Formats: sequence, C-alpha cells, structure tokens
Amino acid sequence: MDFGLSEEQELLKNSARDFLQKECPKQLVRQLDESKDGYSPELWRKMAELGWMGLPFPEKYGGGGGSFMDLAILLEAMGYNIVPGPFYSTVVLGGLAILSAGSEEQKKELLPKVSSGNLRLALALTEPSARYEAAYIETAAKAHNGNYVINGAKLFVLDAHIADFLLCVARTRAADKPENGITVFLVDSKSPGVKCTLLKTLARDKQCEVIFDNVVVPKENILGGLNRGWQVIQDLLQKATVAKCAEMVGGAQAALDMAVAYAKERVQFNRPIGSFQAIQHYCANMVSDVDGSRFVTYKAAWRVSEGLPATFDVAVAKAWTGAAYCRVTLLGHQIFGAVGFTMDHDMHLYYRRAKAGDILFGDSAFQRAIVARELGL
Amino acid sequence: MDFRFSKQEQAFYEEVDEFLTKELPERWSEECLYWPGGYGTIPDFEGLSPEAEQFRHKLADRGWLALTWPKEYGGGGRSHMEQAIFQERLSYYRAPGPGVATLIAGPTILQFGSEETKREWLPRIAKAEVRFWLAYSEPNAGSDLAAIQTSAVEDGEYLIVNGQKSWSSGAHVSDYAWMLVRTNPSAPAHKGISLVILDNRSPGISIRPLINICGFHSFNEVFFDNVRVPKRNIVGQRDRGWYYAMAALDYERLVVPIGNFKRTLEELVQWVKKEGLSQDILVKDRLAELAIEIQIAYMFFWQTACMLDKGLLPNIEASVFKLVAAELSRKLAHTAVTVMGHHGELHPDVQWAPFRGRACIGYLDCISALVGAGSSEIQRNIIAARGLGLPWA
Repeated sequence: MDFGLSEEQELLKNSARDFLQKECPKQLVRQLDESKDGYSPELWRKMAELGWMGLPFPEKYGGGGGSFMDLAILLEAMGYNIVPGPFYSTVVLGGLAILSAGSEEQKKELLPKVSSGNLRLALALTEPSARYEAAYIETAAKAHNGNYVINGAKLFVLDAHIADFLLCVARTRAADKPENGITVFLVDSKSPGVKCTLLKTLARDKQCEVIFDNVVVPKENILGGLNRGWQVIQDLLQKATVAKCAEMVGGAQAALDMAVAYAKERVQFNRPIGSFQAIQHYCANMVSDVDGSRFVTYKAAWRVSEGLPATFDVAVAKAWTGAAYCRVTLLGHQIFGAVGFTMDHDMHLYYRRAKAGDILFGDSAFQRAIVARELGL
Repeated sequence: MDFRFSKQEQAFYEEVDEFLTKELPERWSEECLYWPGGYGTIPDFEGLSPEAEQFRHKLADRGWLALTWPKEYGGGGRSHMEQAIFQERLSYYRAPGPGVATLIAGPTILQFGSEETKREWLPRIAKAEVRFWLAYSEPNAGSDLAAIQTSAVEDGEYLIVNGQKSWSSGAHVSDYAWMLVRTNPSAPAHKGISLVILDNRSPGISIRPLINICGFHSFNEVFFDNVRVPKRNIVGQRDRGWYYAMAALDYERLVVPIGNFKRTLEELVQWVKKEGLSQDILVKDRLAELAIEIQIAYMFFWQTACMLDKGLLPNIEASVFKLVAAELSRKLAHTAVTVMGHHGELHPDVQWAPFRGRACIGYLDCISALVGAGSSEIQRNIIAARGLGLPWA
C-alpha cells in the first residue's frame, strides 16, 4: 500500500498552489464572490494555458491525458486557495460527463474547446425539490419534428449564468421505474426560451434558477442515449462527489493552517493563545478531521480513478469530509474570535464553502444512508 | 418545587403577549432576520427604523425597559421572574427594545453608581431617551479584557481619552459609550481601569464601520483622539471599573433571546411538515435533539431568574447559560441548513428562500454567538476556575 503522491503529482500540487497564491489572492476571491459573473476571464485563460481544463481528457481531445486522481490533486490545491469560477462545473460536471457518455462526435466537438478554456458548461440537474433522486425530475422533454422540446424549472444550477452549454436532465417518458425515463440533453444556453436568474447564496457561489420554456433541442444533442440519462448522472455524480471532497480537503487544510499560524502569533493574557489547552485541543481535533478526510477521499478517488466499484468509499468520503470541513472551519472561527466575524477576514470564505460543499450531491446524513445500505442494512 | 408561574406572573405573561401581537409592526417577527444568540443581526443595529423606534417608546411608556428597577428611578418595581417572562415573550417575537443601556448600564449604575449618577441616568434610560454601546474590546484586548490600553488622563474636571475600541456593536446608532478606560497605568492590570460614560458627539471620536460576515453593519472600530469626558461621568469609584464590568458581564450573559430559539424551531418544524419530510427518520431525530436542548436552555433561563429574585447574583450559572445558548445557536443554525439542504443556502434576497433566508443568515451569525460576550472558551475557563476551583489557565 502506498499513500503517497507520485513525483508528477507532487509537482502538480506544488505548482498549482504557487500559481494560485500569486494569481488568485484572497482580494480577488472576495471581489469575484461579490461580483455577478463570479469568475475572472484572465485567470481562466491562464489556467487553461497551464493545461488545467484539459487535465483529465485524452490528448486526442486536446487534453493532458491525466488520471482522475491527478484531477483530484489539482482540485485539492484549488480548494486550498479557493478559486471562484466555473472550473468544477465545466471540467468535472460537464467535461467528465461528456467524456464518459458522449458520442465520438460530441467528444471531438466539445472537449477540445473545454481543454482550451473556450467552452463553459453547467449541469442542470436539481429542481425546486432539491432532491437527487430520479423520481424528482419533472422537467420534461417531448419529441417534436425530429427535435425535442424542453419545459420545466431547474434550481441550484451552478454557473449556468456564464455557461455556453447546459447539461439538462429531463424526463422523456413515464416509465415504471423513474430512472428509466430520463435523458440528458446538451442545450445551447442561448436557445430561445432559456431563462437564467442568479440566486444569492450562503457561499456566494453562482447558483441559478434556469427556466426552460419550450426550448427546442436537436436530437443529436442527447448525451448517452435516449432514456439512459440516469445512468449517466449516477456515474457522473460519483466522480463529482469525490471531486468535491478533494476540494473540501484542500479548504479544510487551509483553514487549519490559518488557525494554527494565528494561534502562534495572537497574544492574550501575555502569551500566545496557542499555549492554552482549549486552543491546543481545537487544533488537535482539526488535524484529525483534516487528515482523516484526506485519507478517505484519496482512497475513493483512487478507486474511481482505477475504475473499481466505489459506491461505498465515495459515500464514506463525502459523509466524513463534508461534516469535517464544517467542523474545522467552525473551530477556525472559534480561534480567530471577533476578527474572523468580519467580511475582511478570510475564514468565512471557507466556512461558507464548507456548508455548500457538505450539501452538494447529498449531505453527510444522505451519504450515511448510502453507507448503511452498502452495509446491507 | 413548583414549575408553574404564579397567578400574577401568568397574568403578566398574557399581558405582554397580547401587547406584542397588537403593537409590534405587522409581519415584524417573520421579516426580522434576528438569529437567536447572534450579535450580528440584532434588530436595533440595522439602522433605526421609525417603527422600531416607536415600538421601543411604547415599551418605555409601560415601564417595561426597566421592569425590576425601583420606581423612584423610573423603574417598574417588578420581580426578576417577570423580567424573564418579558424577555422570553419579546424574543419569541424577535422584537426590538432592550439594549446595552437597559440591560447593562442601568443595572450596573443601580448597583454601584452614586446617587447623583442614578438620578442623572436611570430615568433617561428607562424612558428610552438614550442609547449606549459597549466600549470594552480593543484590538489587543478581546478575551484578555484586562489588557485594554485606551487611556484616560486627568485634566482638571475632565479625563482626556486616547485609544481605540473594536467590535463595537451599535456604536454607530448610539448616544453614549459605556466604556472601560485605563486610568492608572502603573497599577496592576485589573486595578487601574475605570468605567465611564462618554458622549458619542464629543470632538475627537471617529467611528468606522466593520461589516460582519452576514453582510450587516452591526459593529465598528472607534477611535478616540484627545476626547474630553467630565470626571463626574465616572461610574462608581475610579479604578474600580474592572469589577463593575465583570459583575455586569454576568447580566449580559443572561440576556439570551430564549423565545427566539423556540420560535425558530417551530418554523423549522412547520417547513419540514410542508415539505413532506416529517417521516424522515434523520430529520425527526435532529429536530427532537434540538427540542430537548431548547428545553434545557429554558430551565437554565428560568433558574437564573429565580436566583436573582432570591438576591443571588448568577455567575457560574451565567457562564453555563451563555455557553449552552451559544452552542445551541450554532446547533440550531447548522441543523436548519442541514435539514433544509439547498433551500437552507438561500439568502434572504432570494424569493425561493424559506422563512426569509433566516437559516442562511443564522449559519453565519451563530459564529458571533460563540465568540461574543465572552467566547465559549472563556466561559469554560470561568466554569473551571470559579466553578470547579481549577487554576486559571
């Protein structure tokens, strides 16, 4: 067994951290969080030039030919620094879905554009019910003159406001089992009838309401086969969930590093607060949460990367990492005290994202239920 | 043992409840973003709406801002239990009203102030004519409050104040600072501090807003540059301020909006039912856990009122209660966002947000509950040292 990163992976991690520290300072993070678009085209271009957008895609699609594990390591570095923008939506939610479910034509058409940073994607999955089960997909697509016409409302759609294409998950037939009647469509976001409204959220991430009002989509834009969409989504969510865990591990590590540095320099009662047992115990709890999260996340990412069955490990990783990230940032806030309660401080950037990450694709309780099911309960 | 209200208390409970349903601006309780236990969303700090101000004066007209004070100083001469009942109802409706002036300055003046100070300030406070802000914390004196450096040097009939206060909640909407200053730099830290009342309009004060993580302007940084304060504004004896402040902090720690916890849970339960989640085992489990902990907090709350009526000053009890309430504030917020999932992430500005996005704001504001008015660690230190006799850390 080997828990270590390869030399290339170490290099990727360190260079990503150095790059982001320079190119994505917290001042920019704050500014983007508060802006409407929530991303910097300049930073986006530079990331594309480094090959980040194409990292997990084969070279024949303009990618870097990296593994899913490599992508997880990059995401960990991105989570450490915080990088606002549609990387996760485009590369993970959109790109990986196209890579595994797309036709050769779709891959040839779209992945090189993703890799070069010229195409942004968003996954329009959840609806006002906010559930991740097939039965709750009510947005409908009906065949009409060789095309499909989509009607319905999607909610909590990350980065839809700046996406060129939306992966819209729609019901194409009423089946005996809800998961057998769902199809994924690649919808040009400029199509008539697509209406996107930004939602103001806890993490100030850019989630949107997207209304599909008689939106016409050519049948060539089906991704992964008619009525086979739920399998596409299941496969995607497994990867997306681990990818989010990797990002959260990075964020939790950053929160820990910030808190420990502060505990060493902040003086109260004539000594650094880090000399107090209460603070020491907090730091110790944070270390165990961060390290535990990293181990289970790496294991799940490795299984996904190797193509091994990963349902159990992914659920364990998400159940633990989501809750741990919340705990770690909460303790971080506790150590920073009042100064951490100000907008100008960095801790809340992590604290907000911890909860958003915990909720995305099923929170800890949701994941624990999967764990229980996998245990045969 | 008897856990019922007396007849008089029950009647007062109903009187306050009826008053609140009638006099509070329409939909106030639903629209107000005040998170139980938080200090970042206290309604009074979010600017002074004319209707909130009007409501405060109605409370004052009834003598309800000074319920337990003697009548000669403008008080209502009521028991602490009645005061607690008032607090419980008021917070249940998330109503504005009491503040630093009535909850901290008033009781401290009553206990330690000279007759002159009492006559000068108490009636004005009781009538809601003056607002105070708490000028304690400084950049290098947070948990270690005795480390304050803001100095007050004697000059004839005046003190000349220089220094800086921080995390100054409500300084921008107040008339006077209720302030700790160092009057004797050569004495040991605790023995050189005085408590003064300083007029916000004095030349040499500048107030700079700090925006808290909820996005609200609740607190400030305040700078003092040769600010003159009449010496008669020293409360009690000079250089004894630390001890007065410590006694007063125990009052502050008792000011827990207990009713707001209850109401917020009720709203959450309603939402869960509406969303068809009431059969979800995990959701039920979490809500039950909260309901139990809120019951426990209520017991602490009523118990401290009973102590005060017996002439005992809650001290350890105040710390335990503050700790329990702060942890509950966090738990309520985290559970609310967790149970509500994506809906819990929605900001008040979003039309999809259930109960006005209070969960989203609460998730942020509960941080202030855990670090304000003596952090949870400080409360634990007090409990360990004063309560359990362990050596101070």
